[in-house]
Amino acid sequence: MSMKNNWKVRPPFHPEFDLERCDYKNGCTICVKECSFGEISLKPLKGKNGDILYRPWANMRACNSCQRCVKMCPPSAIHILSQPMHTSHGYWKTEPVSNIWRQAGSKGGVLLVGTGATGPQKRYFDHMMFDACQVTNPSIDPLREPMEIRRYLGRKAERYGGEVGSQLKLDVPIMFGAMSFGALNLRVQEAAARATRKMGTYWNTGEGGFHERLRNYGGNTIVQVASGRFGVSEDYMKSAAAVEIKIGQGAKPGIGGHLPGEKVSEAISKTRMIPEGSDALSPAPHHDIYSIEDLRQLIYAIKEATDYKLPVSVKISAVNNVAPIVSGIARAGADIIAIDGFRGGTGATPLQIRQNTGIPIELAISAADRRLTEEGIRNTVSLVASGGIQTSSDVLKAICLGADAVYLGTPVLISLGCNVCQRCFTGRCPYGITTNRPGLAERIDVDEATQALSNLLHAWGEEIKELMGSMGISAIEALRGNRDRLRGVGLNEQELSILGIKHAGA
Amino acid sequence: MCGIVGIINTDGTLIDGSHIREAIRIQRERGNGLGGGFAVYGLYPENRDKYAFHLMYEGGRNSPVISIVEDYLETKTYIYQSEQIPVYPNDRISKGPYFKRYFLKPIEEFIGPEQTEEDYIVEVVMAINKTEGAFVLSSGKNMGVFKGVGYPEDVADYFRIENYTGYTWTAHNRFPTNTPGWWGGAHPFTLLDKAVVHNGEITSYGTNVRWLEMFGYYCMLETDTEVISYIYDKLTRKDNLTKEDACFVMAPSLWETIDRTNDGKKRYLRQIYGPAIVNGPFGIVLTHKNGAIVLNDRNKLRPVVCAQDGDTYYASSEECSIRLLSPNVERIWSPKGGEPVIIDFLEEF
Repeated sequence: MSMKNNWKVRPPFHPEFDLERCDYKNGCTICVKECSFGEISLKPLKGKNGDILYRPWANMRACNSCQRCVKMCPPSAIHILSQPMHTSHGYWKTEPVSNIWRQAGSKGGVLLVGTGATGPQKRYFDHMMFDACQVTNPSIDPLREPMEIRRYLGRKAERYGGEVGSQLKLDVPIMFGAMSFGALNLRVQEAAARATRKMGTYWNTGEGGFHERLRNYGGNTIVQVASGRFGVSEDYMKSAAAVEIKIGQGAKPGIGGHLPGEKVSEAISKTRMIPEGSDALSPAPHHDIYSIEDLRQLIYAIKEATDYKLPVSVKISAVNNVAPIVSGIARAGADIIAIDGFRGGTGATPLQIRQNTGIPIELAISAADRRLTEEGIRNTVSLVASGGIQTSSDVLKAICLGADAVYLGTPVLISLGCNVCQRCFTGRCPYGITTNRPGLAERIDVDEATQALSNLLHAWGEEIKELMGSMGISAIEALRGNRDRLRGVGLNEQELSILGIKHAGA
Repeated sequence: MCGIVGIINTDGTLIDGSHIREAIRIQRERGNGLGGGFAVYGLYPENRDKYAFHLMYEGGRNSPVISIVEDYLETKTYIYQSEQIPVYPNDRISKGPYFKRYFLKPIEEFIGPEQTEEDYIVEVVMAINKTEGAFVLSSGKNMGVFKGVGYPEDVADYFRIENYTGYTWTAHNRFPTNTPGWWGGAHPFTLLDKAVVHNGEITSYGTNVRWLEMFGYYCMLETDTEVISYIYDKLTRKDNLTKEDACFVMAPSLWETIDRTNDGKKRYLRQIYGPAIVNGPFGIVLTHKNGAIVLNDRNKLRPVVCAQDGDTYYASSEECSIRLLSPNVERIWSPKGGEPVIIDFLEEF
């Protein structure tokens, strides 16, 4: 007798159909078509007059609770139910047990997941409150008084007379972080490009090259040079507003990338400059960067190639040693340093890496800002925080802890309808976001997506102005590193000291 | 809330302290008796070539700190003269710390190769201020500060400032909101010949302090006035900005305006000196040996009125002080937020 049923992992969710509401009698099959994971099929049913009707049927093997069927069902006849626990053991919970089954019962592979870490680690943003104005200083009403949220990113001299390098001008202190063509489809990238142009900020191509069709948005584009060097050419760099060297990302510190060959279509192969159908592998380290002096050479190679006209950014994942690393990168010539916390999202990452590697962005950005200030070189470099930012107040808290601006990743996708089902790596995104499959990618309407992304930037910009007004701040540069405006709630002394803030009431 | 007044005689006419005492007294409403003080320029003409240090010792005349500080001063400077600053306790202020003044010059050989004489003096001031129980009230040439806990007119009587004369006087009436009232924490706050009287509560404090620390300025008092003084000192003395540019850095025009006028220099200044922007409500009168600057926050969240009567300029939180000093003043106006009034003497006194 085969053991294979021992390792059977029932998916944690399945759709349930309310047949009284369901329109199957009139031949509706929308849910079947909308489900890109193959969870819903049709089951024949004998009608009253003996005719055969087809009703929707849950296959009980692939539901991720992406809610696509729920949202698309015209009569609202679908509910997603979650299954009971696999085990009732107090220590051995469903996740570790089912993960072991998956590995033991299949080919013994590394478990892959999409999006950022799901673990129970403290979200420090929730433990910091803004300090507002009362009586002794007036709050400022953003509806009546000008409220400035513009930022310039790039190298600046410490004092009058020195040079200000080329700068990125951000009308809102939020950029869209690196998400490649391949991980995303071109429609999503086009919407990001159009929205950032409209709102006066920047999007990042990620490491998948810069598609020809989007090059007229170069003025709002940051292009990446990652360890795979996909799509990198002189022209590629010169067509952008800034170049970012990707050392790491929060979802997978110390790990490279892998775009499976089946996702490498003709367009992707051209943009990445690799053969069609071949796996796109990004090595874990850059094979020409084994220490800080090597990074310096790459920074200056890029500056040479771009005639010193573009700021060069270096993106690293937030690790414990972030402060000295950032100081080294600043001294190596970077104009911008992006730090990505362990909550940062991704299309695909090994589960164990995602859940267990890196540190929270709140602590990392504070440590980096403090070190640069102590060394007297804070002005020479701009800091960008990312990885787990969920709200406009998170953005502002990151700025109070020392960030000049932030990158958003997951919130960009959520703006387009992403339900955070964590199956990005399958290429079957039911919302058409992290997929290049024909039939799915078309679910993104570029005009509507552009509007949604602009709405997000606008809304968060307005909320940031409200928050600033309550703190009596009319220019956002007066908040950078302004830990006086933050207070901790429920943090211990060590946490407070790393964040550089006082406890509430103190 | 606080009250400030400045009288600036650009022709160098000396007036005694009774005028400023009256001008700040009628702003009693703006204070609460927890701090008052005065800065005066042209105070020590006979010692005008020496730095005049006004020191406050919290432990009284027998405090062991006095000899520690004086020993330190001996190693760093030539002390030409030192004496007690006379005080006159009364029923409103019956006691206070012990005050001394010193006239001194730096020992030139000790000035570092990349240091100016003024940097050296600042270093000495900072070192003394780190000493528990001692505090430098003022350190400029031919000027001095008298301040304490009480209403300003009572502080004036405690020091009998009518016995002193000067060409520029400023006064402060304190209503402390963020730091407790103590003698050293009263205003004016000074560094070298610059004195600041300030009404406000700045919200950019955290950002400003961290920026200043990068350049060796340590804010011991945790007051806004100290931060503003250091920012101005850093901008004008260390970075050689003009007074106009320094004011622009502290209260810049909107990016929108900079864009519209396509003013490259202002964009540059705002980019470099972002962390030196002073946000939140403030009205300040900053005086130095050859003039004064009056500046409001960009939103004009605190009152400041300016006036001119021939060679005399006035600045005040309330028009009444100016009307009291000069009932038929020639010109009186309320400067716009962020637009500095810069008063420069034509000659040095």
